[in-house]
Amino acid sequence: MNDYNFAYLDEQTKRMIRRAILKGLAIPGYQVPFASREMPMPFGWGTGGVQVSAATLTPEDVFKVIDQGADDTTNAVSIRKFFQATAGVDTTEETDKATVIQTRHRIPEAALNEDQILVYQVPIPEPLRFLEPRETETRKMHSLEEYGLMHVKLYEDIARHGAIATAYAYPVKVEGRYVMDPSPIPKFDNPKMTMPAIQLFGAGREQRIYALPPYTEVVSLDFEDYPFEASKADHSCELCGADDSYLDEVIVDDQGGRIFVCSDTAYCASRQTALQDAAAAQHEEISA
Amino acid sequence: MTLQKSSEEFFTEFSENSAPRPLFRVANIEKRYGQRIGCTGVNFDLYPGEVMGIVGESGSGKSTLLNCLAGHLEPDQGEVLFDTRDAGLVDTVTMAEPERRMLSRTDWAFVHQHARDGLRMSVSAGGNVGERLMAVGARHYGQIRDEAIDWLGRVEINETRIDDRPSAFSGGMQQRLQIARNLVTGPRLVFMDEPTGGLDVSVQARLLDLLRGLVRQMGLSAIIVTHDLAVVRLLADRLMVMKDGHVVETGLTDQVLDDPQHAYTQLLVSSVLQV
Amino acid sequence: MISIQNVEKNFTLHNQGTAVITVMSDANVEVTPGECVALSGASGAGKSTLMRMIYGNYLTQSGSIRVDGVEVVGANPRDVLDLRRTTLGYVSQFLRVVPRVPTLDVVAEPLLALGEDEGAARNKAATLLARLNIPERLWSLSPTTFSGGEQQRVNIARGFVHPYRALLLDEPTASLDAQNRETVMCLIEEAKARGAAIVGIFHDESARDRVCDRVPDVTSFLPKGDA
Repeated sequence: MNDYNFAYLDEQTKRMIRRAILKGLAIPGYQVPFASREMPMPFGWGTGGVQVSAATLTPEDVFKVIDQGADDTTNAVSIRKFFQATAGVDTTEETDKATVIQTRHRIPEAALNEDQILVYQVPIPEPLRFLEPRETETRKMHSLEEYGLMHVKLYEDIARHGAIATAYAYPVKVEGRYVMDPSPIPKFDNPKMTMPAIQLFGAGREQRIYALPPYTEVVSLDFEDYPFEASKADHSCELCGADDSYLDEVIVDDQGGRIFVCSDTAYCASRQTALQDAAAAQHEEISA
Repeated sequence: MTLQKSSEEFFTEFSENSAPRPLFRVANIEKRYGQRIGCTGVNFDLYPGEVMGIVGESGSGKSTLLNCLAGHLEPDQGEVLFDTRDAGLVDTVTMAEPERRMLSRTDWAFVHQHARDGLRMSVSAGGNVGERLMAVGARHYGQIRDEAIDWLGRVEINETRIDDRPSAFSGGMQQRLQIARNLVTGPRLVFMDEPTGGLDVSVQARLLDLLRGLVRQMGLSAIIVTHDLAVVRLLADRLMVMKDGHVVETGLTDQVLDDPQHAYTQLLVSSVLQV
Repeated sequence: MISIQNVEKNFTLHNQGTAVITVMSDANVEVTPGECVALSGASGAGKSTLMRMIYGNYLTQSGSIRVDGVEVVGANPRDVLDLRRTTLGYVSQFLRVVPRVPTLDVVAEPLLALGEDEGAARNKAATLLARLNIPERLWSLSPTTFSGGEQQRVNIARGFVHPYRALLLDEPTASLDAQNRETVMCLIEEAKARGAAIVGIFHDESARDRVCDRVPDVTSFLPKGDA
C-alpha cells in the first residue's frame, strides 16, 4: 500500500488548491473558498493545513510540524509521519532547516526567512463570526469594509474585563484592507506576522484558504486609549532561561508547583544545547 | 441628472413654496410580488423636522412601502431621493450599495417593531449603542463609552445597566435601547416600524413621550408605520392612509382623523374603540 | 386677519349609504385685528364646525378661508402646520396631550416648537399657570389626571402662552369659577389690545357681552331650505 500519489492528494486537487493559494496571495487576507477534500483524519485535526501543505510540498522540501510550538505532540507527530509516508520528504525539528512548516496555533520563535513557507491550521477563518452568524452578511461586510463590528468585540472585552482580554486569535487588519483571523495563535505572535516568509492559512472544515505574501503589513486592531499589547507570562523559561519566548505553564506536582517553559520546543532545545556546549567548552578550557 | 429633472417636473405642484428643500422625496414607488401589488403609486415629500405617519390594516402594504423606502427592499419602479450632505438629492434606489449602507448607518436610522431585530442580543447595552460610532471610525474607548452613557440617560436607562445584555432588559427598555442605538450618530431621517407594538400601554406612553422629545430636540424627520391611530395622532404631523397597496388619503394628521374623506379612512377611524 | 368667504362644508358618510350632508353653505365672516367675534346659533348649527374649518382640522369643500393672508382651503399640511405654529392659536374644550408629560412642559410646548429657549419658555408657562391659579405642586404632574376645570385652564394657558395674532376659543369660560373666569376675560382683553383677531364660541352670555364686538349667527349659513 505504498502507492500514494505524491503527498496523498491527486494532481487535480492539488492544482485546485494551488489556484486558491495564488488567489489568496494576490488578495492578502481575503478568504478564498476551496473544495476541501476528505482527508484520512477528522476535521479539526488540521485537515486544512494538511491540504495546503500537500499542495505546497515538493520532493526536495524539508518539512517540520509543530503543535502549539511543540514537535513531539500527537498531532504534530501524526502529520509529520503522514507526509513521510505519502510524500517521502525529509523532515526536521529544527526551524532553520525546514522549508515548509505546518503549525497549529504558534509562530516559531526563530525568525523565518524568504525561503520558508509557514502553513497554519485554522479552525474558524471568519473573524466576524462571533458577532454575525450569517455568512452572506459577513461576506458583504468584508467586501464593503464594514468592520465596526470587530471593534464592538474589543469594546465588549474592555467593558467586561477592563482590558482587551482576547489573548489568542486576536483580529488583525491586513494591508489596511481585510480584517483577518490569524488562527488561534497567542497575540504574542501577532507582531511577527509581518515577516519574510510566505504565510498560508487552511481551514478544512470551513473550506477556506487565505494567505499573506512576504512583508505584508499586519496590524492588530485596538483602541487609541487601549493599545494592542503582545503579552506573555512574566517569567523566563525554566529550562533554557529565555526571557523573550512565549511560555507554557506546566504543573509539576500535586502541591500546585508550577514552572514556565518555552512553548517552542525546538527553540528551547537549541538554546539548551548551546548552553551545554558553552558549559562543556568552559569545562574543557579549565581542565586544559 | 436626467432622472432628477424628471422628478423635479413631477413635483411642480409643490415648487411654489420651495423655500426649504425636501429632505426625502418619494416618486411613484411600486413593489409587486408577482401579480400581487405590494404598494403602488406612492408619492410624497418629507421636509426637515416633519413626522409622517403611515396607517392601514395588516396587509395594506405599509410595511412593504417602509422597507422600499429604507432600502431593505428594491422597488420595481420609482425613485426614493434623499438630500445627501455632499451631493444633494440622490436616488437611493440606484445608488451604489456601499453608499446606501453607509447612509443607513449614519444619516438614516431604522427602529424595528421587535427590539431583537434591531439589537445585538449578545452584546452589552453600551456595545449596542457604540456600534454605529465604531462603524464610522470611532476608536477611542473612553469617548465611545461616554457617548453611550449619555445616550442611555437620554432614553432613561440607568447607566449602571451599561454592561448588561439587552436580554436582561424589559420590552420597553429594549425598545428604548434600540432607539438610542439608532440615534447616536445623529441621523436626519428615522424609519419606524410599529415602534410601540407589543408594549404595555403605560410603556407605550413613555416611549411616545420620549420619541416626541427627541424628534423636536434633534430636528428629526421620521416616517412611522403603525396601525395604532393614537400613536400617529401624538407623533405625526401628516398622515398617509393605505389600503390594498394604494394610498387612499393623505393630509394633516388631525384633519384626516377628525374629518376623514375616504370610505376606508372613515371605517378605520370609526372602528377605534373609545376609552 | 381672518377672512371667511362663500364657504361650503359637507360630510360624505361612505359607510352610511354614502349620504352627503351639507352643513354649511355661503358662510361669510370677517374678523379684523383687535376684534373679537362670537359665533352664535343653536347647538348643531355649525359653530364648532366653522372653527375647526378655520383651524384646518376640517376640510372645506369650497370657498376661501384666509388667516393672515394664508389660504387654509386646499393648503399643504406643511403650510397649515406653519400657520398654527406661528399665527393661529386654538383653545379647544378638550385637552389632548401625551400622557406623562408635566403640565409645565405641556404649556411651554408651543414656545419650544417655535425654537424658544427652554428656560424662557418654562418661565412664561409658569407665569400663566400661576395667573390661572393652577397650584405649583401640580406643574410637574401630567394634566391627564386633573379635574375638568383644571384641564380647561391648562388648555387656556397653552393657547395664550404665545402671542398668536389669530385665536380660536371654544367655550373658554365653561366650567370655570368666577375668579378664573375673570382671569380669562382679562387674557382675552389683553389679546385684543395687542391686536389679535379672535373667533369664539361663548355660551356664557355675560362673558360674550363683555369681550365680543359682534355676534354673527351661524344659523344663517345653514343650507337654504334646511334652516
